[in-house]
Amino acid sequence: MGSFWTAALAIAAKDMKIEWRTKTAFASAMVFAVLVLAVFYFARDPTAVGAIEIAPGALWVTFTFAAMLGLNRAFMLESENRAMDALLLAPIAPSAIFVGKFLGNLAFVGVVELVSLPLFVLFYNLPIIEQLPALMGVIAMATVAFVAVGTLLSSMVVRTRFAELMLPILLLPFLIPPVVGAVQLTSRILSGRPLSDLAGWLKLLASFDIIFVVLCFFLFEATLDE
Amino acid sequence: MTRYDRALVLARRGQVITTIALVGLLGVFIRALMFTPIERAQGPAQKIFYVHAPSAWAALLAFVVTGILSVIYLWLKDRKIDAIAAASVEVGLAFSIAMLTTGPIWGKTVWGTWWSWDARLTSTMFLFLLFIGYRVLRGAIVDPEMRARYSAVIGIMALALVPFIHMTVYLFRTLHPDPVLLKPGAPGMPSVMLITLLLSIGVFTVMYVGFVVQRYAITILRDVREEAASAVS
Repeated sequence: MGSFWTAALAIAAKDMKIEWRTKTAFASAMVFAVLVLAVFYFARDPTAVGAIEIAPGALWVTFTFAAMLGLNRAFMLESENRAMDALLLAPIAPSAIFVGKFLGNLAFVGVVELVSLPLFVLFYNLPIIEQLPALMGVIAMATVAFVAVGTLLSSMVVRTRFAELMLPILLLPFLIPPVVGAVQLTSRILSGRPLSDLAGWLKLLASFDIIFVVLCFFLFEATLDE
Repeated sequence: MTRYDRALVLARRGQVITTIALVGLLGVFIRALMFTPIERAQGPAQKIFYVHAPSAWAALLAFVVTGILSVIYLWLKDRKIDAIAAASVEVGLAFSIAMLTTGPIWGKTVWGTWWSWDARLTSTMFLFLLFIGYRVLRGAIVDPEMRARYSAVIGIMALALVPFIHMTVYLFRTLHPDPVLLKPGAPGMPSVMLITLLLSIGVFTVMYVGFVVQRYAITILRDVREEAASAVS
């Protein structure tokens, strides 16, 4: 068990180190996030729809689309110089590769979210100091959901033709439950509704997290070539 | 008998099954239009229900079969199972198109709107889109073994996703109830209509089997030809 986590963390650390040294994916994801937030601010009739009303939707579209840029990259790194073959030859469990990639992607998406959240608050002028812990919890739950599915799917699509096109087509249907849930929870949290109002959506998010993390963990081996 | 001949025999059988289903379909149309009473509240528009509901049934059957075959494929790694799963998806997509076109035609007359974001409508639409993604993915992979594995993964994931989409829309709905939501097939349907519906469901199931058998036979025929072609070159 010890070696499993050592291997997984080593893979995650390696991916983060590569990203830290180049910062290309991070920089493009951040610019992309800021652009989407800005576009959404103007994509409304200011006399009819207040900024706060579109804020939750804008936030989640931004997060998921920015995350998709990072997810595509995770296994693209390994196709260069056939690095994936070396990973498969290494005496580690294949599922450790999944956990490593999953943690690496989670870190990437988490940092992008952490940086764009203050910008979001600033752009949409939201007073959210008290609601911040609850909002962070929702962001964490929804992020785990789509990063798990995204990691599994991106490991498949990098070995197909039109990889950049395939990921959104396959991933977006899986984003419906977590993103709709996250948008609903975010808008309730922003308007200061009580916790009991959130219970149904929280249960949905939690069960999606559990089922899909487990499912992706077990299905990952089927996406690898022997 | 060679593999090619066996596939030809299978294709013939599929044609026979499909022909039986098409004759049955004609019977269902005649029964639905001439021997089943017009529903009082919905008028003649309700007749489309005898095509719509069985199409939905056949589409869901097709996708569930694919999901189950996907699990079996990852376990047995038999390429025949993958070919049947893929055939089932294609037939399911065809029935989905029938379902998604007849639904709005009925909805416009009875609900007064072409589309409603109801749980069933939404989950079937996303299922349809997801399996189009499945088809696109198959087209993007050259190696047959890899194509079968990846397809199986998507098939299993899709099966797990459907209840979640259903729950999502249900939670969304309960906050914004739609008063015009009229559920077809609610209890209290007269037995004469119920028999027509059940007959139609039976016919669509036979049609599904006929289509899948034919589609599967075509896959084998194509495989044999491609192997022969690559052996020559």
